[in-house]
This record gives sequence, structure tokens and C-alpha cells, in this order.
Amino acid sequence: MSTIALVAHQFRYDQKVFWRNPASVFFTVVFPLIFLFIFVGIFGNDEVEGAGVNTSTYYVPAIISLAVISATTQSLAIRLTEERETGLLKRVRGTPLPPWAFIAGRVGNALVVSIMMVVLVAAIGRLLWDVSLPTGTLPGVAFTLAVGAFAFSCLGFALTTIIPNEDAAPAVTNAVVLPLYFVSGVFIPDSEIPEGVLQVADLFPIRHFFEAFFTAWDPSTTGAGIEPGHLAIVLAWGVAGLAVSLRAFRWEPRR
Amino acid sequence: MTASGETVISVRGLRKNYGELEAVRGIDLEVSRGEIFAFLGPNGAGKTTTVEILEGYRPRNGGEVSVLGVDPAAAGRDWRARVGMVLQECRVTRQLTPREAVAQYAGYYPAPRDVDETIELVGLTDKADTRAARLSGGQQRRLDVALALVGDPDLLFLDEPTTGFDPSARRQAWEVIANLGRLGKTVFLTTHYMDEAQALADRVAIIAAGRVLAEGPPSEIGGDGEAARISFRLPSGADASSLPAPVRAQASVEGTRVMIRQADPLPVLRELIAWAAGHGGELSGLEVRRPTLEDHYLALVAGARETGTDEGET
Repeated sequence: MSTIALVAHQFRYDQKVFWRNPASVFFTVVFPLIFLFIFVGIFGNDEVEGAGVNTSTYYVPAIISLAVISATTQSLAIRLTEERETGLLKRVRGTPLPPWAFIAGRVGNALVVSIMMVVLVAAIGRLLWDVSLPTGTLPGVAFTLAVGAFAFSCLGFALTTIIPNEDAAPAVTNAVVLPLYFVSGVFIPDSEIPEGVLQVADLFPIRHFFEAFFTAWDPSTTGAGIEPGHLAIVLAWGVAGLAVSLRAFRWEPRR
Repeated sequence: MTASGETVISVRGLRKNYGELEAVRGIDLEVSRGEIFAFLGPNGAGKTTTVEILEGYRPRNGGEVSVLGVDPAAAGRDWRARVGMVLQECRVTRQLTPREAVAQYAGYYPAPRDVDETIELVGLTDKADTRAARLSGGQQRRLDVALALVGDPDLLFLDEPTTGFDPSARRQAWEVIANLGRLGKTVFLTTHYMDEAQALADRVAIIAAGRVLAEGPPSEIGGDGEAARISFRLPSGADASSLPAPVRAQASVEGTRVMIRQADPLPVLRELIAWAAGHGGELSGLEVRRPTLEDHYLALVAGARETGTDEGET
């Protein structure tokens, strides 16, 4: 098989496994939508104080950020850890499949699920609450998604290196992302969050990723909607994750 | 032993340490094309370490290793395309059916076998469209073997392929492995089941404490012409001293139990039967057996354990 065909082959089976795994479908597809409905329901669709947009326009990019992180960092870390501990990664290393083709299939799968979630959440926002589609800022949406999918995939691989076993995987990934969702304005509007807490959140990539998507959805944005400052920080985190993965990622069980 | 005698695996003076622990202490092995070779030993003997060095998973500390003419430590994709592996512990992807999983692995190889034919070879045709999560442990293991086979490898490593199987699943797995021999594959099998080695292997090597203790066809392990053991209980009222003289000379008596070691048991048996006819015609509990592979194995491994302790103390 040619190299592209090999990646496509691998991607096809990764897709099958993803959609047949109730846990991955629930946490990546259903869970973000539940949050979207709950938040818009609880806070009502009035204007968010300080944000200049109403609740639904605030939460559409917020939930998209959450869904992309779930499809990349969380799904990758949980499934790779399980496969490492059950010997599946080791077994794949014993076949002629090149490691980069295996990784490309996985990241491709994460990217396609992410794109699907962007489209799905944007469409729900438009249909239910008339959240305008970011047609003018499409370059901003695409660029943010590309940088974010890369960075948060790298962080997924990096996260596996500190997860001891498959039972710990969902706990560790949630322990990392859930507090960051709260302090980064993904769950609670950032006007409700103290300045000091936001400064802490700014050290991590989730808030910057959300800010970049928010700019693209904000009707007052003019131009392409690309946020180079925020995305540079997301990218830096991705590169750090890549460096950790290259050094410490293991194909063999830890036991 | 083999038709061509071409060497597939050659190991000379292999050594491997884990820190202070010497897991493998100078192993020599030779496996020829088309052989089913069984590597026997207790847990912790160095079996899996040796296999993983041969598979290219682990670096070694010393010795020469050649597998299909290549050093596995430096082997690339072409080499991996010719080697199939069933690891000691591996679960298959639960969400895929055997047909899907085998087709996925087929895509990794330059000249794969037919998917359905491979599934049939491991006896999973009836379950080809059932997701692996719903297969039994034995069926999942056979799927694992199918994944190792679909690339049509020249050499197969099977690391304890039937551990945890029920007896009927083991028989089915043996049938699969015997089929591989008929396909002309070279099979390197590790096991701690003696009957498995006896049933399948052309040659076995017994390893304990990191050393090969014996090597050869299963029937020849322990040496040729090993004495048979004849044992029986004395009929009531009979005394050991009344046994015919040539028998009595070799007999050891414990209470009413008599044991005789004899390379050629037939003449002794003839004498015994004639003697028994004069004592009521009964020889209760009569047994004639040659030491099995298991007897030799247990003796060798027990010996190695004692030696190992001695070395530990010096």
C-alpha cells in the first residue's frame, strides 16, 4: 500500500472503533451537547455581562472548544492508555505498519470527529437560538481548529506518559481538563470569574483556545477572525506536548 | 528432522541482565525451516525475555542473534513482514469483528493471505462477524493467531498461546498450530505445558534460571533407552523373598509395593506373570511406564533450582 493509502486504511478502522465505543461517543458527542443545552437553559438567552453577546453565542464556541478537546486530548489519552496496557500497541509495533502511519490514523480520526462537532454545535446554535454562523470569519474558525487539533492531540499523547494504567485514564484526563474548563470561562461566563483566577487560566491552553473560537463567533469581529496571540500559546503547549511524547511515549505495558 | 535444514533462528551465547538479575545466562539455540520448536520452562526462567529479544522488542547484553538472517535488534519493516507474533498478553480490539480485524492487519503486509481463509484456518468462520468483545477467551486468542498469520509469515512466535484455555479450547488451538507446521511455517512456541510440547513440537529446549538444560526431540529428552518402571502390589500372603531371583535382584520393596527399573521390561514381566499364577494369579496395581517429558522436565528444573541457590550463596 502507498503511504497515503496506509494512513487511510488505518483511519477507516479507527473510525469504526470510535463509533462503536459507547464511552467515546457519549463523552465526545453527547456530553458536550448536554452541557450546551443546560447552560443556555440555566443562564437564559440574555446578554452575557461584559461579553457583548447573548448566552447562546457565548456557549457555542465554548462547547466547541470542549468538544474538540474531548475528541483529541481525552479520547486519545484514554484509548491509547488502554491499548498500551492491554498489549495492543506492542502488538502493532511488531507488524510492518510504520509508527507514524498509526499515529496519523489516530490524529486524523480525532480531527474528523472535531470538525464534525464544530459543524454540529454551530448548526444547533443557528437553528435553536439563531446564533449567526461565522461565515465571514471562516479562516479564523479553520485556523483555530487546525492549531487546536494539532496541539491538543499532542497533549493527548503526552498525557498517556503520566497515566499509570487504563483504570486511571478517564480520572486523570478529567482531573486535568475539568478544573480548567471552570476557570477558563468554558462552563461559567468569564465575567463571573475573578481576575486572579483568569490570570492562572491564561497560563494554560484551554482559555486561549476558547478565546480564539469566541472571536470567530463574535458578531462584532471584523476581518478573518484569526487570533495569533492566543493561538501562539496553544501551539507552544502543543509543541511542549510533542516533545514530551517523543521522549516518553511508550508502546509497551507499564506492568 | 527437517527437509532443508536451513537455519531460521540462530542464537549464540545470548545474555540479558535486568540490573543485577541475570535473566538469560548464555543461551545457544538453532531452529530450522519448517520446524515446530517448543521452548519450555517455569515462570521466570527467561523464556519470554529470550522470545522478546528474538522478536526485536528487547535489546540484549551479549551474544549473537540471527532471525531469518537478520539481527532482530536492527530489523526493519521488511523483516517484520516475514515474522508473525502472538504475544503472551494481548487483548484484541473489542469493537471489531474477526473479519474486520484480520482485514485491518492484512493491510499492513505486502502479500497477505486471504482474509476468509485465514479465519477458517483458526476455526472462527462461524464467528467471523461477531464483535471480539462477545468472543470467548479461547476464540479471542485464536483471533490473535489469525492476526499473526494473515501476513503469511515465514516464522511465527507463539508465546504461551494456550495459557488459561479450557481443555477443549486447547485441543482446538493445537490443531491450529499443527496446521501451521503442515503449511511449512517455522513455529517458535513457548509453553509451560509438557503435553503441549509433546503433542506439537519437533524439538524442545528446556530452560531454567536463564540456561538451556536439555534440547532435542521430546521423545529423546533425558537420554535414550531410559529404564522403564514396573510397579505392583504383592498379593496377600506372598512375600518379596519368594519373587523369582532375577526379578528380586532388581526390585525395591516398600511395604507391599514393589518397584523394578529395567531397560527391557518384557522378560521381567514374563517371569512376574508366571510367578503370580502361583500366587492366585493377581498382580494388583500393575503399572509399566517410561519417564515422560514431564518427569525429565521436573527433575531438570529442580536440579537447576538447587544449582541456582548454590550460585546465589557463593
